Amino acid sequence: MLELAPTSRGAPWLRWLALSVFTLFSLSCSKGQEKTAAPVDSASAATVQAQKTFTAGFVYVGPKGDYGYNQAHAQGAAIVAAMPGVKVREEENVPETEDVQKTMESMIELDGASVVFPTSFGYFDPHILKVAQKYPKVTFLHCGGLYQEGKHPANVGSYFGYIDEAQYVAGIVAGMTTKTNKLGFIAAKPIPQVLRNINSFTLGARSVNPKATTSVVFTGDWSLPVKEAEATNSLVDQGVDVLTMHVDSPKVIVETAEKRGVFVSGYHADQAALAPKGYLTGALWNWGKVYSDYVKWIQSGQTYPHLLRGGFKEGFIKMSPYGPAVSEAAKAKADEAKARLTAGTLVIYTGPIKDNDSKVVVPAGTSFTQTDISLEKMNYLVEGVVGKIPS
Amino acid sequence: MSGAGPGGSVAPGPIGVHTRAAEGDLRARVLTAAEAMGLPLAGIGVSFALFGIFVGIAGANVPDVYYQMYRGAFGSGFSFQNTLVRAAPLMLTALCTAMPAQLGLVIIGGEGALVLGALAATIAAHALDGANAWVVLSSMALAGATVGGGWVALQGALRALRGVNETISSLLLNYIAIGIFKHLVEGPMRDPASLNKPSTRPIGEANALGAIPGTDVHWGLVYGVVACVAAYVLMRRTVFGFAAKVIGGNARAAQVSGLAVPAIVVVTCALAGAAAGVAGMVEVAAVHGTANASLIVGYGYTGILVAFLARQHPLGILPVAVLIGGIGASGGLLQRTEHLPDATVNVLQGILFIVILAGETLRGRFGALAPRAIGVPQSVRAEAKRAA
Repeated sequence: MLELAPTSRGAPWLRWLALSVFTLFSLSCSKGQEKTAAPVDSASAATVQAQKTFTAGFVYVGPKGDYGYNQAHAQGAAIVAAMPGVKVREEENVPETEDVQKTMESMIELDGASVVFPTSFGYFDPHILKVAQKYPKVTFLHCGGLYQEGKHPANVGSYFGYIDEAQYVAGIVAGMTTKTNKLGFIAAKPIPQVLRNINSFTLGARSVNPKATTSVVFTGDWSLPVKEAEATNSLVDQGVDVLTMHVDSPKVIVETAEKRGVFVSGYHADQAALAPKGYLTGALWNWGKVYSDYVKWIQSGQTYPHLLRGGFKEGFIKMSPYGPAVSEAAKAKADEAKARLTAGTLVIYTGPIKDNDSKVVVPAGTSFTQTDISLEKMNYLVEGVVGKIPS
Repeated sequence: MSGAGPGGSVAPGPIGVHTRAAEGDLRARVLTAAEAMGLPLAGIGVSFALFGIFVGIAGANVPDVYYQMYRGAFGSGFSFQNTLVRAAPLMLTALCTAMPAQLGLVIIGGEGALVLGALAATIAAHALDGANAWVVLSSMALAGATVGGGWVALQGALRALRGVNETISSLLLNYIAIGIFKHLVEGPMRDPASLNKPSTRPIGEANALGAIPGTDVHWGLVYGVVACVAAYVLMRRTVFGFAAKVIGGNARAAQVSGLAVPAIVVVTCALAGAAAGVAGMVEVAAVHGTANASLIVGYGYTGILVAFLARQHPLGILPVAVLIGGIGASGGLLQRTEHLPDATVNVLQGILFIVILAGETLRGRFGALAPRAIGVPQSVRAEAKRAA
């Protein structure tokens, strides 16, 4: 030994203490190892079972109880979990780094997942593409609609919904409800998807109330609760009395709006519980339909669409039930628009449409249907929107 | 570093009685090492026990939680590689805090150095488009190290020359760095094809930093290990490192004894920032293939945690980074099998941080491990005790 004796002469009891601490620690370690021995068998048994049951893995970029983007996906996952013979494994707060690659691999390797739903837009390139090449027997279904035939692996699919249809309907409700004719839109980034929601909301509002304008605040990122609260307060201070948003978690905006006594229209998932007085309606995802369809197709070995998109008609999106502040007239107008969008007789981007610098963006006589590729590159704000795209 | 000479000749053990001194020196070293490693290890044990109580209260099956954590972090070749991949960036960002710590500085600017290093590396890759991959990768690493190093050197210079508190300046400069990054990535450097996820142009598949042969772990891990070993040699085994330690002990005394204090501070900070800058380069070259907001995920901030848990020791960073990487790797499995929320592993990290730092106060309290006691007669110690 290392001649501990002369040193510890002063306080032998301390030596015993140190020794016993070490013994306890090593004991607890070995105990831990013993315990690990038993469940190994049950784990391998579980993998055998997993080959019979169908395991689907869901990956979320934020918390799954965020009253927003991630919660909408988690609600879809819950519907898949209720399907017979299907087991669901979920992981939240997974950043768009190598972490998500490892999470997908871990779901495949350790949970036996045969289909993975990585639900954040930014997971696609390079993360999903990389892992999909490594596991050709597993199906990867991504939310964002980025799949390109021939360019991307054959075991990858990507889906997205035309939720701006729902924002158009929400805009009608907002336009009918506002007393100041000032609407507010709190947006994360000036990317095409977000601009399309702002424009559709505004076009919906102005279709029933030509005096309505939408003031836009870009916060700069998907989840910035403090900035979102500041934006809400500043818009309300400017006289805005109906707010909506495109951020990952609308919770803070909805709660702040309720506190300030203004109306609010939700996004992603239903937030009615957060604003019982001022919640008008909301543009919601209906991922349960999309996910259960995909799982059915894959489970039964059918071919599945690699690029899947849809709006009201395909069941991708839905509206929150109307809140107490919505008038019967507003409900009637909104229901009518929803019916026409579902039937395909109403096309939101029908010319003439000008941007807010009076430049014509959709000429008279032209109409862009939802699938039109030019809408995917939207880089303008329509007339009636107060605000600029930061460059 | 002319002034380092006289300081360097002072032996750590008592001088005079030769045989006793040599023996005492060795014993002191062994005991110091035993204390230095024993305390954090015991701290980890205590933390896991406390964590067990926590998950027990949360309603989970405690032994199963431990088992799943082991399975997720180290239980198989796949799991261990998962752990190492997560540990790699932390090794480099932890150095950004640990190296200046020897100067007595608390630098928390690793995040800013990482994002600017990533940006610089991307610019280098674009400028050298079409060149040999080795040339591109070396230039990327150099660019990342230079810009990251310059960024943290600025914080060191502000401290050494103008007396600006380095913790505050490094924290605030993080926000500025992220602001610059976002401005360039979403503005002038944006690839027009990146519609809904603003990114720079890709650096190209040919320039990607690959995996270590036979594994799934990219070369960033090797960068991290090499950097930690090099930092250890520089900061603990050279005159330069000793000078830095003297400055950390008493900067004024160091200046009086002729040390070039500002130069040593700036150079150390530059090297520290270079490590974080290279971490940014690795994120671009090995993981994302482009620069975008996805690489701002707090590796710089987790690096601070790693550095403090490693007690600012460059070699201590290696096991601590693996531990934190392992906790991250197992966190996913805890969510999936135990249905615990993601915040569970943050609680464990918090417990670890507090217990290990609190454990530092026990340093020197164990008679068996106290090197100070060597050679001091019992009567003297007893007297000292009485006096206290």
